[in-house]
Amino acid sequence: MAEIKFKLNNTDVHTEKDLTMRLLDVLRDDFGLIGVKEGCGEGECGACSVLVNGEVVSSCLMPLGNASGKNIITIEGFKKTERYQILQQAYEDEGAVQCGYCTPGMILASESLLNKNPHPTEEEIRDGLSGNLCRCTGYNMIVSAVQKAAERGEGLW
Amino acid sequence: MPNISKSIPKQDTAEKTSGEALYIGDIKLDGMLHAKTLRSTETRALIKEIKIPDLPVGYHIIDYKDIPGENYVKIIFEDMPVFAEKTVNYFGEPILLVVGEDKQVILDILDSIEVKYETLEPHYKYTKSVIHYEYEKGNSDVAFVNAVKTINGEYTTGYQEHIYLEPQGVIGSYEDNKVTILGSMQCPYYIKNAVMQVLNDDGNGVRVQQATTGGAFGGKEEFPSLMACQVAVAAAKLKRPVSLIYERTEDIITSTKRHPSKIKFSAAIGPQFTVDAIKAHVSLNSGAYIGLSGVVLQRAMIAASGVYTIDNLSISGDVYETNSVPNGAFRGFGAPQMIFAIEMFMEHIAKELQQPPFEFKLRYVAEKGDATSTGGQFRDPILLKDMIHKAWDVSDYQRKTTEFSQSGSNRGIGISLFLHGCGFTGSGEQKHIKAVVRLRKNRDDTVTVLAANTDMGQGAATTLRKIAAGVLEIPIEKVIYNKPDTDLVPDSGPTVASRTIMIVGGLIARAAKELKEKWESGVEILVEERYKQPDFIKWDEDTLHGDAYPAYSWGVVICEVEVDPITYRVDLKNLWSIYDIGKAIDERIVIGQVEGGLLQGIAYGILEVMDCKEGIIQQKNVTDYIIPTAADSINMYTYFMDNPYPLGPYGAKGAGELPTVGGAPAVAMAIENAIGKKVTKIPVTPEYIMELMKNG
Repeated sequence: MAEIKFKLNNTDVHTEKDLTMRLLDVLRDDFGLIGVKEGCGEGECGACSVLVNGEVVSSCLMPLGNASGKNIITIEGFKKTERYQILQQAYEDEGAVQCGYCTPGMILASESLLNKNPHPTEEEIRDGLSGNLCRCTGYNMIVSAVQKAAERGEGLW
Repeated sequence: MPNISKSIPKQDTAEKTSGEALYIGDIKLDGMLHAKTLRSTETRALIKEIKIPDLPVGYHIIDYKDIPGENYVKIIFEDMPVFAEKTVNYFGEPILLVVGEDKQVILDILDSIEVKYETLEPHYKYTKSVIHYEYEKGNSDVAFVNAVKTINGEYTTGYQEHIYLEPQGVIGSYEDNKVTILGSMQCPYYIKNAVMQVLNDDGNGVRVQQATTGGAFGGKEEFPSLMACQVAVAAAKLKRPVSLIYERTEDIITSTKRHPSKIKFSAAIGPQFTVDAIKAHVSLNSGAYIGLSGVVLQRAMIAASGVYTIDNLSISGDVYETNSVPNGAFRGFGAPQMIFAIEMFMEHIAKELQQPPFEFKLRYVAEKGDATSTGGQFRDPILLKDMIHKAWDVSDYQRKTTEFSQSGSNRGIGISLFLHGCGFTGSGEQKHIKAVVRLRKNRDDTVTVLAANTDMGQGAATTLRKIAAGVLEIPIEKVIYNKPDTDLVPDSGPTVASRTIMIVGGLIARAAKELKEKWESGVEILVEERYKQPDFIKWDEDTLHGDAYPAYSWGVVICEVEVDPITYRVDLKNLWSIYDIGKAIDERIVIGQVEGGLLQGIAYGILEVMDCKEGIIQQKNVTDYIIPTAADSINMYTYFMDNPYPLGPYGAKGAGELPTVGGAPAVAMAIENAIGKKVTKIPVTPEYIMELMKNG
């Protein structure tokens, strides 16, 4: 147990916990951020993706201790941004959401990708999202949504 | 009337993108306890003794002794216990639940429980038949006597695991003598009926509500009934909410999967190189309990001649029980295995007779009026030949076939032709399901759809509303659909078998028509529709003779691959697919079904490897059970024919399973053509290709 401070969705937070706990559990159970989903528990599916200093990270693999001093964004924080609005609309228009369990993680992975590369090629999008599994869509509608968001959000990323 | 296929926004997209949708793992009820399952570590054994340590206050054991009713999960075949009693029949079989507040304490208790077994000889092979079916069409014996040649084939298919992104989970709670099950599910009334039997309840004491469901693909058809029965017993005993949520590994090891199969064929070849008769035998591995396996076997057997009209058939099949995890429903339900096998077999017959495969197969493609495999009739127009020509054109199939056949190209192109019967097999809808739907016009002139069919991502919340709004000619915003709650909606049957749009949507369309006639502003009006089988449909359950389905959807997939000559890695290059689903209710939703379903089918054919060694599943997470990523997928060309089915809503037939059925044979055929070796097994892994290249 130790006290740890970090920035969560742009707010300074502190918590006193076992530092080896999975960040995923702390976000869901202590902060009620249920948009962070557990899909595999082994860092393979990406449903638990969060942004850590802008990089997409599987929160099931990240011990709480590593969050110290970092800026953590979950879908709950990201949804307040203009970039989210663009991505949300593009996902909706392209039919990129079916069961939705992968979606918050996929949106954050899309944000991280566009943040690094505002004009990605189709191949770069496929690579950029390849850490996030989706079993419903076959991915193409998600790829199109990211392309569409990149076009519509010109200048935002 | 506006075009029903024109896409509209889905009802639930916004709450899913923002992370607000409540899946079962996101729900916390007051006083809720957690449960974890103690499981068998043997594949077949007698339970001699279970030593349970002294439990801390607030921690409980729930086992078979707590069941007030019958210790069986009500599925079609009732052989699976809710909790193992005297014997265990597979590794991972549930024995008891440990229930309490703190998950770590629960795990510590589980670790300290000691189970003593006396092991028994397990069965792992196709030896113990528990169900046998057979049917005949024409007279295949005579055809085989007169044949100038007999050609045989044997095909093998592997497991497939659903990998819905959200693992299984249910919560049971208890209030005022009533148990409520909330969970991730396809079929609320399957669960209600199962829980009633376990609790010895007349129906008034059980309520089932669907939570947002994170994918299912058949995996949440019958399996959630087992978990629901367990938490129902726990909640009824402890009078507190009890949550049972699986982690991925527990889910993979213990939940149902697609049945592995072995399919054997013989074809009687006539003097003019005609296929005069086919004999087939299908072996399905059911795992330790039968569950739905008999129905899966029927669907596989009925698909034995694929899209081809063969006058003489002799088809048999067996379900073999083995001491391994029970297999069950998975998108396609027996058809993906059989369509892979028959598509490859027809190709292999043609190649053995040195006939051009495609022209050879075309001679047998079914036409309207032909007898189906079970001696029923194809009553509606069949557009398959047009679809094939369309697919040829868009893919440049014939030129590529020639070009790729030059040695050294490492490329191959394959085609699959397939059909899928819409709705329950045989008299299932009429005899067993007896669907009822209601529409309630509310005082504020909104209309509520009252049906038990779930949206698990496939879009039913949008498409069912769209059908009602379209017929009523009111804005879609005026039509309400809530996640089913058995206290509020009638039993319109399970969300399975490509029946939701055609059967349930059809009933909604009829109800809407009636409501439109009775419409009166400002008053509440309730209309009800019950399923009635069309009179011309006749089915004999004992002989499997007659019309197995009221209608069929059809598909053509063309797949182009490149096989690396050194690593034998298969690269998908192109995918084209053409479907006849009658009419698309919302084209974008259907394209989503088709692309996701086709990729599942392709991955079943080349990628998804699951082994069961001495009764134990070897792949334990998505780390070692590989499903496609965005980088494995490619852009797909999809086209829908317009062929309205007179009894479907707006002419719609089934679409959910169809695309999955056609994937594996198309990609397997493309690989066969690329490497010039006969493929008889899926998945076609690089290891298998290497074997074929080295040993022929």
